[in-house]
Amino acid sequence: MKYVEEYRRPEDVRRVAERLASITTRSWKIMEVCGGQTHAIIRFGLDQMLPPSVSLIHGPGCPVCVTPVELVDRAIAIAARPEVIFCSFGDMLRVPGSGRDLMSARAAGADVRVVFSPADAVDIARRNPDREVVFFAVGFETTAPANAAAVELARAAGLTNFSILVSHVLVPPALRAIMSSPDSAVHGFLAAGHVCTVTGYTEYENIAAEYGVPIVVTGFEPLDILQGVYMCVKQLEAGTCNVLNEYARSVKREGNRAAMALVDRVFEVVDRKWRGIGLIPASGLGLRPEYSSFDAQLRFDVGDIHVAESSICISGLVLQGVKRPTECPAFGTECTPEHPLGATMVSSEGACAAYYRYRPRPSNERTL
Amino acid sequence: MCLAIPGRVMSIREPEHGQSELERTGVADFGGVQKEVNLSLVPEAGVGDYVIVHVGFAISRLDEEEARQTLQYLREMEEASEGLVAAE
Amino acid sequence: MSDFTLTCPLPLQRYPDVVMAHGGGGRLMRDLIEGVFVRAFGPGEHSALHDAAELARGIGERLAFTTDAYVVRPLFFPGGSIGELAVNGTVNDLAMAGAEPLWLSAAFVLEEGLPMATLLRVVETMRDAAHATGVRIVTGDTKVVERGRCDGMYITTSGIGRVVYPHRIGPDAVRPGDAVLLSGDLARHGIAVMAAREGFEFSGQIESDCAPLAEPVLRMAEAGVDVRCMRDLTRGGLASALVEIAETARCTIAIDDEAIPVAPNVLSACELMGFDPLHVANEGRFVAFVPEEQADAALAILRQSAVSANAVRIGSVRETGTGEVILRTIGGERPVDTLSGELLPRIC
Repeated sequence: MKYVEEYRRPEDVRRVAERLASITTRSWKIMEVCGGQTHAIIRFGLDQMLPPSVSLIHGPGCPVCVTPVELVDRAIAIAARPEVIFCSFGDMLRVPGSGRDLMSARAAGADVRVVFSPADAVDIARRNPDREVVFFAVGFETTAPANAAAVELARAAGLTNFSILVSHVLVPPALRAIMSSPDSAVHGFLAAGHVCTVTGYTEYENIAAEYGVPIVVTGFEPLDILQGVYMCVKQLEAGTCNVLNEYARSVKREGNRAAMALVDRVFEVVDRKWRGIGLIPASGLGLRPEYSSFDAQLRFDVGDIHVAESSICISGLVLQGVKRPTECPAFGTECTPEHPLGATMVSSEGACAAYYRYRPRPSNERTL
Repeated sequence: MCLAIPGRVMSIREPEHGQSELERTGVADFGGVQKEVNLSLVPEAGVGDYVIVHVGFAISRLDEEEARQTLQYLREMEEASEGLVAAE
Repeated sequence: MSDFTLTCPLPLQRYPDVVMAHGGGGRLMRDLIEGVFVRAFGPGEHSALHDAAELARGIGERLAFTTDAYVVRPLFFPGGSIGELAVNGTVNDLAMAGAEPLWLSAAFVLEEGLPMATLLRVVETMRDAAHATGVRIVTGDTKVVERGRCDGMYITTSGIGRVVYPHRIGPDAVRPGDAVLLSGDLARHGIAVMAAREGFEFSGQIESDCAPLAEPVLRMAEAGVDVRCMRDLTRGGLASALVEIAETARCTIAIDDEAIPVAPNVLSACELMGFDPLHVANEGRFVAFVPEEQADAALAILRQSAVSANAVRIGSVRETGTGEVILRTIGGERPVDTLSGELLPRIC
């Protein structure tokens, strides 16, 4: 497949790994922000190609992982209503709320449907005028334009039975929160290539300057990620802290203006709670007042939500890169992908799920 | 949060009179599989161009020259190191 | 799929759909059985009207026996239907035990309101699938449930076969150093069904790989290949099948990412929907473990059958190891896990 295979050639990837090893003289911790990057790293075993002194920390780039428990509970409560068709991306179905998840709600009779695009949810609303269709709008900036488009499409079609439950989060405030944390050990970042395709990276230039960290925007193929690490380490070795764009075939510095304009029309920046981390000001998106009729939080009164988070789960500390999953007492015992206590074990890129796959086994001599 | 894959635009359907400009759609070919995608966010993309598609929406038009450059960087990396060695 | 000719003896005009009475045990049910099932599967020397078929075989023969229920939505999808699955799935379970499939039973649970034409189409595909393998459908059952209580129809088939391998085939026979062979490319069935269910207009359509696997299995037996273990890939894909074998056999299986065949359009469909091809369902593929020195010969035999024409070697059983599956990738090695619950698409 064009634009994919060329970036997966093992010889090329290995050559970058060799060059990286030859320029590395010190220990570096680089955080990859995006779940898609984490997924590629695990899938292709890329972290095993790095020199021993370079380690990758899996960051909070998993909007599934950071959706607050309260919002998951709210989603389940809305989905349970008989008139509701609750649409969601597959990622959210097994994320535990205070008690159950959307999948068990479905098993109990809720009409929960997996969609591949928010536009599909709008189609469902069109085809089911007598039902209330709610879409779980989870995501980073990458998905915001699609969700904004869905709202506009619903409005243009005059639909009154469509609403979205918003859980959008923004990357730059999270990076700032991580760098401001006293426990932070991050030296550089790999920024998410598809987030930056939409937003551009001017904001990241401010972060790089403020905190003195090099940031490289990368794509998601093995060559992209290894090259991104190389470009980051090269800066670290030289003591520079610029933003470099490895994914220039998709990312422009100013991003996608049309997409950003659409997002800006429909959404505004709001404070948001990140599961496991807490409130980060101005870190999320909410619907603008003129679109409040599409806000599922306002449309459905599901009463008080009493949140009960697992007291053992340390996903917040894991998300910030402060603790490793293996340092959690429940890791691999009470908490596994089959019965997760927190979102980082549910999502296939959650750090805990990733570590679980690498857990030491009798024949496995690698150490984590 | 970024599962998006490149596809080649095979056909475009402009919105009809009275329809929202967000209804600009097309069919893209993803390595042999063809699927409808929303093209309203990439007005500069035409038939034959490659786009990056996320949740059914194209979010960028792939720049062929930049793509080549990224692969070229690898070579430059090697030449630079050879230069370093030679300088020693 | 064969052309379906609507020369049905049942008074379709009177009963265009299945009604509760078709499962009632009376005249209407007998009409359904005679008119639809017996007519398609043929009475032969066995009367399918009795509750049990008497099968004449010698005492002391090694028999294999299996059963499976088939539940799929939609009933018809590109490349197959529930009927083909019901026959081929059970045929394949017998084949994986190293047995020549001989007889099947077929029990139907039909939903009130199911169009008779649909039932007839499914039965036709079963007849054709059985005929293609030489297996006989000799007995069965019919029940009808109220509207809404099942997705159109559920079919359960049980099968009896004659074991043709001299030794026991199973995970416990797997030995360190054995070669792991895969009969063909992955993920077609799961993607075909998902695409049909979600209504994706995939032109360049992906068809299910639903197929019987008896022929290559019997050929390997005839040629004297020392097959240790076989497993057909169904739900959970290649990953789940291998993990199950590795854990049961308590050995470590190493497979090469680059050797695993996935057609480009199938891979794209997987990427579009966020699926891992290793976890997607197949219905006409199997893995076989053979001694290292017989790997090439076994592959040559497999490639003689249409269903395994593209058989490849994907890996081996490690000398040491206690029960996991390792995938060799660009970066090195990573463990392969079985599917955790349902196969869910992801966007993240």
